[in-house]
Amino acid sequence: MSAATATLGTTSLWDKVRTYSPPPRFLPLIVTIALFAGMFGAGSVRYENFGDPQVFLSLMINNAHLIVLAVGMTFVILTGGIDLSVGSVVAMSTMILAKTLEKGWSLPVAIVTVLLIATLLGTVMGLLIHYFDIQPFIATLAGLFLARGVAYLISIESIPIANETFMKWAYEPITLWSTYWIRWSVVVALIAVAVAAYVLAFTRFGRTVYAIGGNESSAMLMGLRVGVVKVGVYAVSGFCAGLGGLLFALNTPSGNSLHAVGMELDAIAAAVIGGILLTGGRGYVVGALVGVLVLGVIQTFIIFDGTLTSWWTRIAIGVLLLVFVVIQRLMTRRQT
Amino acid sequence: MTDTLTPPAAERAARPGPGARILASPLLWPVVALLLLVVINTLALAFDFAGRGETSFFLNVRIQDGHLYGNIIDIARNSAPVLLVALGMTLIIATRGIDLSVGAIAAIAGAVACTRLVGAADEGAVTAAIMACTWALAVCVLLGLWNGFLVAVLGIQPILATLVLMVAGRGLAMLVTDGQITTVHNDTFSDLATGFVLGLPVASLIAVGMVVVAAVLTRRTALGMLIEAVGINPEASRLAGVRARTIIWTVYVFGAFCAGLAGLIIAANTNSVNANSLGLWIELDAILAVVIGGTALTGGRFSLAGTLVGALFITTLARTIPNVGIPSEANYLFKAVVVVAVCLLQSPRARAALRVRRRPVPKGAHS
Repeated sequence: MSAATATLGTTSLWDKVRTYSPPPRFLPLIVTIALFAGMFGAGSVRYENFGDPQVFLSLMINNAHLIVLAVGMTFVILTGGIDLSVGSVVAMSTMILAKTLEKGWSLPVAIVTVLLIATLLGTVMGLLIHYFDIQPFIATLAGLFLARGVAYLISIESIPIANETFMKWAYEPITLWSTYWIRWSVVVALIAVAVAAYVLAFTRFGRTVYAIGGNESSAMLMGLRVGVVKVGVYAVSGFCAGLGGLLFALNTPSGNSLHAVGMELDAIAAAVIGGILLTGGRGYVVGALVGVLVLGVIQTFIIFDGTLTSWWTRIAIGVLLLVFVVIQRLMTRRQT
Repeated sequence: MTDTLTPPAAERAARPGPGARILASPLLWPVVALLLLVVINTLALAFDFAGRGETSFFLNVRIQDGHLYGNIIDIARNSAPVLLVALGMTLIIATRGIDLSVGAIAAIAGAVACTRLVGAADEGAVTAAIMACTWALAVCVLLGLWNGFLVAVLGIQPILATLVLMVAGRGLAMLVTDGQITTVHNDTFSDLATGFVLGLPVASLIAVGMVVVAAVLTRRTALGMLIEAVGINPEASRLAGVRARTIIWTVYVFGAFCAGLAGLIIAANTNSVNANSLGLWIELDAILAVVIGGTALTGGRFSLAGTLVGALFITTLARTIPNVGIPSEANYLFKAVVVVAVCLLQSPRARAALRVRRRPVPKGAHS
C-alpha cells in the first residue's frame, strides 16, 4: 500500500524534477521506487495481465515473510551490523510451530513460544556482539548454524501443520475491492513495516539506531544507550525472523529444516536494493519493503515469461545488487 | 626473515621459556580441541567395537589395495576442499576482506569442468580431463579478478562485493549445466578426489601442496608482510609504498583459484555436478576454519598453520558426531558452539573476565 502511494509521489514530482531535486537522503529510495514502477510498467506492457492489481497483491502475499525479515534486517544494518541467521531462524520457527502444534499445544501458546525463542536467540547474539566484541558476521554465523541445528534436531523430516485456526488464517482471503484480495500475512507484514517506520523515525530507540550506525563512538560519547540499543536491534531482528517464520508457515503449511535456505541473502539484497547503506546510518525501512517488491517483480517476470528458467532469477538479482552496490559506492564517495 | 616479524617485538624481547611460549601460542587451543576430538573418536570407536568383542583403534593406518587406508587418511582426504577454500580465505581475511562467493565459484568450476568433459571428443581421455580442469580454473581466475576489481578498484566493501557473485554465481553455474545434474566418466578426473599417489590421497596432496606454496610465498618472501600491512591499514600501507591494490587483487584471485580447485575435487568425488548443492555453505565452513585457526576477521595477522588445524577440526567434527551416536544433522549445533567458544577465547573482554576470576593461578604459572 505504502509503495503504491509512494509511486504516486514520484510521478507528481516528475514535472518538477528539472527545477527541484528531492533531498539527497531520499534519492536511493526514490531510485528504487522508480525502478519498481518501471519494472512493473515494463511487465504490464510486455505481458498480458501483468498490470492486473492482483499480480501486485500476489507479490505481497508471496513475499510477506521476506518483507518482515527485511524489516528486521533494516534495524541491524542501520547500526552497521549484519544478521546472517534469519533464514535459519525461519526454518527453526516453522519447525517449532509444527512440532508444538503436533504435540497438541494451543495455537497462541505455540506462536508465543516461537516468537520468544527467536527473540531470545537474537538477544543472545546481540549480547555476544556488544559485550564480547565478537564481529556481527561471526556471531550471527553461529546463530545460523545453531538455528539450523535445532531445526534438524527437532525433526529431519518435514512436519505438516494441520491446525484448523492456523489454516483458516492461511487461506482466508481478505477482499479489498471487487475481486481483489490479500491474505492475513500481508496485513501482518504491513503492520510490521508501519511499526518499524514509526519506531525508527520517532522514538529514542530508533534515533539511537541511526546514531550508532553513523558513528558508534560518538553515540557512546553523547551518552546514548548504545549497549541496550545494539543488543535490541538483534533482538528485533530475531523477533522479525520468528514472525517471518510464522508467515512463511502460512504460505507453506509445514515445518521443515530445509525451509528458507539462503533467505538471509534475499533479505540483505532487499535492504541493499532498498537503499539502506551496509555501512550503517542511512536508509529507510520503506526502502526494504520496496527492495523486497523489486525481488518479487523479478520472479514474477520470470514466471510470466515462461521461456526463462528459474536460475535467471538469481542472476538478475545479482546484477541488480551489483548496480545498486556501485551506485551506493559512488554516492558515498561523492558525499565524503 | 619476515616471519620473525610476526610476534610483537615486546614478546620477543621478553624471551619467555618454552612452556610459556606454548601456552601463549595462538595455535594451542585449536590443537587441543583437535586432539580432544581424536581422543573422543578413539574412545567411542573402542567402546563400539568392544561391545562386539573386537578391538579397533581410531588412529590405525594400514595399507590396503596399495595405498594407505584408515580414519586419519579419510579425514585428510575429506578435508581437502574446506582446507583449499579456507587457505584462500585466510589470505583474503588477512587483508581485512572476506569472500562470500567461494561456494558459488566452486560450483561454477565443477559445472565448467563437467560440461567441458561431456562435450569433449573423447570423454575418458587424460587430455580431456586436463583441458576441462584448465578451463574451469581459468574461469575461476576471471571470477577472482572480478571480485578483486570490485573490492580493490571500486572500493566496495568486500562482504557486499562478493555477495553479488554469491547470489548470481549459482545461477551462472546452472546456466552452464543447463540446470541438469551432469555426470561424467573420466578416470583421471575422478582420481582428483579418489585417487592415490605414493599411497597418499591426491586431494590431500593438492591441498597440502597449495598450503606449502602459500606458506613459502608469504613467509619466505615479503608478500606475507605486505598482506598483513594492507590488512592493518590499507591507506597507511599505500602511503608507505605498498601496492595495496595489487595485493588485494592477488589475494582474491588466489582465493578464487583455491575455491575452483575445491570445486573440482568435490565434483570429482561424485563424478557429477549439481550446481545447486555443490559447495553449498563451504564459504561458511571455510570462514569457521579460519576463525578457529586464530586469524581474526579484523585482518592484519594470519596463520596458515592455524587454518590447516581449523579445516582438520571441522572435518573431524563432522566425522565424530555420527561416531559417538548423535545424528549427523546435529553437526550444525556443535559448529555453533565451537564458533562461540573460539570467539570467546579470542575476545579480549571475555579473557579479561576469566582472568579476574582466577587471577592467583595464572600469576603463579607465568612468572
